[in-house]
Amino acid sequence: MDKPFKRRDLLGIRDLSPAEIIGILDTAESFREISNREVKKVPALRGKTVINLFFESSTRTRTSFELAAKRLSADAVNISVSSSSLSKGETLLDTALNLDAMAPDCIVVRHSSAGVPHQLAKVSKAAIINAGDGANEHPTQALLDAMTIREHKGKIDGLEVAIVGDILHSRVARSNIHLLTKLGAKVRVAGPGTLVPSDFGFLVESGLTVCPHTEDAIHDADVVMILRIQRERQDSAYFPTLREYAIHYGLTNDRLDLAKKDAIVLHPGPMNRGIEIASDVADSSRSLILDQVKYGVAVRMAVLYLATGGSLSGK
Amino acid sequence: MSERLLIANGHLIDPAAPENTGMSVLVEDGKVSAWFGPNDPKPERCEVFDAAGLLVAPGFIDMHVHLREPGQEHKETIASGCAAAVAGGWTSVCPMPNTNPVNDNAAITRYMIEQSERGGLANVFPIGAITKSSDGVELAEMGEMKAAGAVAVSDDGRPVPNAGIMRRAMQYAKDFDLPVIDHCEDKSLSSGGVMHEGKISLLLGLKGMPALAEEIDVVRDILLAKETGAHIHIAHVSTRGAVEAIRSAKNEGINITCEVTPHHFTLTDKVVEGYDTNTKMAPPLRSEEHLEAIIEGIKDGTIDAIATDHAPHHADEKALEYDRAPFGITGLETAIGLAFNELVHKGVIGLERLVEMCSTNPAKIFRLKGRGTLTPGSIADIVVIDPQLKWTYSNSESRSKARNSPFDGWDFYGAAVATFVDGKLVYRR
Repeated sequence: MDKPFKRRDLLGIRDLSPAEIIGILDTAESFREISNREVKKVPALRGKTVINLFFESSTRTRTSFELAAKRLSADAVNISVSSSSLSKGETLLDTALNLDAMAPDCIVVRHSSAGVPHQLAKVSKAAIINAGDGANEHPTQALLDAMTIREHKGKIDGLEVAIVGDILHSRVARSNIHLLTKLGAKVRVAGPGTLVPSDFGFLVESGLTVCPHTEDAIHDADVVMILRIQRERQDSAYFPTLREYAIHYGLTNDRLDLAKKDAIVLHPGPMNRGIEIASDVADSSRSLILDQVKYGVAVRMAVLYLATGGSLSGK
Repeated sequence: MSERLLIANGHLIDPAAPENTGMSVLVEDGKVSAWFGPNDPKPERCEVFDAAGLLVAPGFIDMHVHLREPGQEHKETIASGCAAAVAGGWTSVCPMPNTNPVNDNAAITRYMIEQSERGGLANVFPIGAITKSSDGVELAEMGEMKAAGAVAVSDDGRPVPNAGIMRRAMQYAKDFDLPVIDHCEDKSLSSGGVMHEGKISLLLGLKGMPALAEEIDVVRDILLAKETGAHIHIAHVSTRGAVEAIRSAKNEGINITCEVTPHHFTLTDKVVEGYDTNTKMAPPLRSEEHLEAIIEGIKDGTIDAIATDHAPHHADEKALEYDRAPFGITGLETAIGLAFNELVHKGVIGLERLVEMCSTNPAKIFRLKGRGTLTPGSIADIVVIDPQLKWTYSNSESRSKARNSPFDGWDFYGAAVATFVDGKLVYRR
């Protein structure tokens, strides 16, 4: 398997083949133990430069990418650009060209507008890694979720995965739906009608079901993935109150009991405890939220390694 | 002696007359004075333009453009917009009032016309605002604007949201025989949207503008037109529901007309993949089922006219995130190529209907006397077309100041090769 992702950019899971996804996961697997060493550093990316270009605030993802780059000995620079500085005159194109002129090997970009990584990839010589673009994709999140699922379930093919919450605005949901269905899982989505488009099943050719009720989605699931409710959406009146959301859509122990006995719970973070997920569920042994964060570093090491010229490890 | 021009031996396309091959059109003092058949003796002592093998038609009239002057001259000026217009076969253009300041009074209407006269290319027939500053609150001085040369009223991209104000606007515009143009978009349904709401918007994670946002306003306007008897003209129809509603309103005898843009009869929302901001406009590119309904509407006459909605923006303004880039694309130079490629060469419509949609009907809808036809006595606004000429559109060679066309690099079969305004040659390919 010597064909890494197209142009070495990682813009979305949608563009990847199942073999490429598995290749990335296997590569991540091989990087995992580095983070457990006394000296958490290998020279794989020595002399390479990675720019973390974050137009949207992020603690977890940015830190995860930064650690991933540093553990591979790359030079990592973090740039946080508030979207308002663009309105001061610099166009997205100028920002990209300016950074490109400093000859980074890889630009990790997060932006609140869908498509920004794709727009940058058209003009940039550096490899572009999408760290989340609007409601479009968040490919490394889906990869780390897949790694977590694989670790605990031994496989992805044939699993029943429920995704619950604000599907409409969720890049995490989109990337996960693409990844999981490509690898043979069955995905069911549920949430308030205002946030779960009834025709969302179109998103992929097969393997995706839109459920009318949260309970239907969770019933007999192997994996329950809970999406974060973005409180700022409150203004748009997608649902009346957080209280009502918690009662009707939140993952409580009662709802989780509908899933398989050995079902696992994932959440991309940061959690709103007591809203989309009850604290006792979040803190239970079935919740793998911290594993997700742990695997995130390995996945991002793999992605940076592949984007800057490494080849996929095959099994 | 007066200036005499003979546009000789062309294939005359004029819905006012049966198709005529080998006709010569005599132009004197800016007017068409006579036609000569292939066997008639030709007039002497006149300049001759040889149109053998070419189509000769009344100049095209673009009912919907944005010329950005006054106020946004970095995007376009009346001079540059008119230069692009005549290269596309348009002899008249009708600029929307969303200038800065808004064309909501006679002084601005007059200024726009004067600027066009200075340029001496296409005719400019401004469209005045419905409400002051297009704020949707108080009616603008429609009577005064009409006296200054406005041919219709519209609040275009800021459609009047309040049905009560719109009703009054229609009642009032009717007194002055002014068509009321509506960009139908209920912003409570489309706000924040940047593309058509559907499968592709869900896939791309972009916020959608549902077809419903257009249709709900079309239906409202139909009811208002029925009640007031005013002439409502629906701008850039783009959805199946809108076409169907207009079709049934016409069958009911309601005073309604509508236009379609070349991009809406050519492209679907699929082209938004890749996030090229030159695929972003309002109304947005719709899905296949809507495009099919648009083609049906063009075929059966429900759709009266082709208008470009030429919306120039500076390249820097379009080099932004898809969410933040402004709506709109240029269209004056590519419309004729798209009409030939997508409608004429594919057999959707014939040449006569093309001329009807681009010239005769716009002249009728805006009550432009002596235009939209080449019958003797009419104004000599003439386009000469080579229906087979292969050419490639390039943004970098556009006569517009702007470069925001999604058709950069497209090959077209059919072009304006000469454009005459008031009998004067203003463009020659």
